[in-house]
Amino acid sequence: MIGALRALGRKALGFCERLGRAHVFLAYTLLGVPESLYRVRPLFYQVYAVGVLSIVITVVSGLFVGMVLALQGYNTLVDFGAANSLGIMVALSLVREIGPVVSALLFAGRAGSALTAEIGLMKTTEQLAAMEMMAVDPLRRVIAPRLLAGVLALPLLATIFSAVGVYGGYFVGVGLLGVDEGAFWSQMQTAVDFQNDVLNGVFKSVCFGAVVTWIAVFEGYDTLPTAAGISRATTRTVVNSSLAVLALDFVLTALMFD
Amino acid sequence: MKEAPGDQPLVRIRDLSFHYGERVIFDHVDLEIPRGKVVAIMGPSGCGKTTLLRIISGQIRPRSGSVVVDGLEVPSLSRAALLALRKRIGMLFQSGALLTDLSVFDNVAFPLREHTDLPQRLIRALVLMKLEAVGLRGARDLMPAALSGGMARRVALARAIALDPMMILYDEPFTGQDPISLGVLLRLVRRMNEALGVTSIVVSHDVAETASISDYLYVISGGRVMGQGTPQTLAETRSEWVRQFLDGSPDGPVHFHYPAPDYAEDLHGGSAAPLVST
Repeated sequence: MIGALRALGRKALGFCERLGRAHVFLAYTLLGVPESLYRVRPLFYQVYAVGVLSIVITVVSGLFVGMVLALQGYNTLVDFGAANSLGIMVALSLVREIGPVVSALLFAGRAGSALTAEIGLMKTTEQLAAMEMMAVDPLRRVIAPRLLAGVLALPLLATIFSAVGVYGGYFVGVGLLGVDEGAFWSQMQTAVDFQNDVLNGVFKSVCFGAVVTWIAVFEGYDTLPTAAGISRATTRTVVNSSLAVLALDFVLTALMFD
Repeated sequence: MKEAPGDQPLVRIRDLSFHYGERVIFDHVDLEIPRGKVVAIMGPSGCGKTTLLRIISGQIRPRSGSVVVDGLEVPSLSRAALLALRKRIGMLFQSGALLTDLSVFDNVAFPLREHTDLPQRLIRALVLMKLEAVGLRGARDLMPAALSGGMARRVALARAIALDPMMILYDEPFTGQDPISLGVLLRLVRRMNEALGVTSIVVSHDVAETASISDYLYVISGGRVMGQGTPQTLAETRSEWVRQFLDGSPDGPVHFHYPAPDYAEDLHGGSAAPLVST
């Protein structure tokens, strides 16, 4: 009993300590962000690595999600004679919710895990220690551009996801199920508000990008320098950032669309 | 009369103590590294040799004691002062620790580009000079993955001397090298010391090789300095432990067996696990 309590206490303390370390890490990394803006080449490379290389998975997923949304939505709407509103349903679901969230989950799996493994391996092979010994701060040189790249890339990916999803919905709704094309687009245009729906969605994905990339780079930096350590860190990145995205989504949605 | 800084040892460690959790790594250790010499720190695996290099370079702080490098008390330096000091220290990691996404040329150019505003042409000339010194000018376009272990260490050495340091720290430079690479590295360590006038600290457990190029040796184990002296004086040591370490004898003051309960009793079940379950 006492042993279990002690183990629980140790776990809780360990968690708090790690959380504290993650925040100190973030603070020092943020100090390096302005400098990263001037080092254009490494930043572009990182945006390419986490963003451009994630486009294929984002586009394919967006297409299928849009198509499924149209199928499901049509079946419900047609019972109420509101099949012409399919465009609204597809677009609102995507830009407000599914686009930012699903693209963030995909981003955590595709780019987040890669970031963790890369930085973890740099630590294991003493590359980060070597930088410190050359009086170069790895937080500024390695971590800051990656964090910034994640924050820049995810909103763009989420936007691509939503745009492709809308077209997926269009193909199924208009092409397959016979919804009127004019009604599909015009109702969407009328009902979807740029500021309240689209921009709020983009803001969400900026937050998700920051959180997912933060978790990914911290897990890599904080990993045990062994093969098992990197494996655990990569798993933790995907699990923790997915949970963080879903929880944060609830908070942001509650604040934005009350 | 106050000593001129040039006469003082480059590194002076006094009463150094360091623990990893419960494990004592250093227990009130005193060490001095004279300027311009090759000093070897030897000892069995896990005795804290690498930790000592990390303490000297300020990567970790000791629990207590004083670590003075070129007149600066390392554990109490501010971060900026520590980074400034590190620009004057080159370190060769055991694996080489080259940046894997940069070519050999860019790896050697890395510290120059980070810390100087030199024009590209001058950086190119400097990098080629450093690579020539380690015999790898022709390998400048290779990526680290295409290098052998010995070559990677030589590139790392070229990178370590890029900023013309006052001191080079070598972490196990000879481990796992074939005889030719070993010979090349041994000659390089000695030659760098003489040609550049730097102070070298070589951490190693390759006794004969390291002793052949060192001016002074420290043997540490169990958190203490077990023996020290020039290779000649240490060869005549009367300490049984140092004798066993230098000769590599399998048994002596350090036993072959890790402490364990009585063998026969252990085999016949002891109290924990019977041989055959009933």
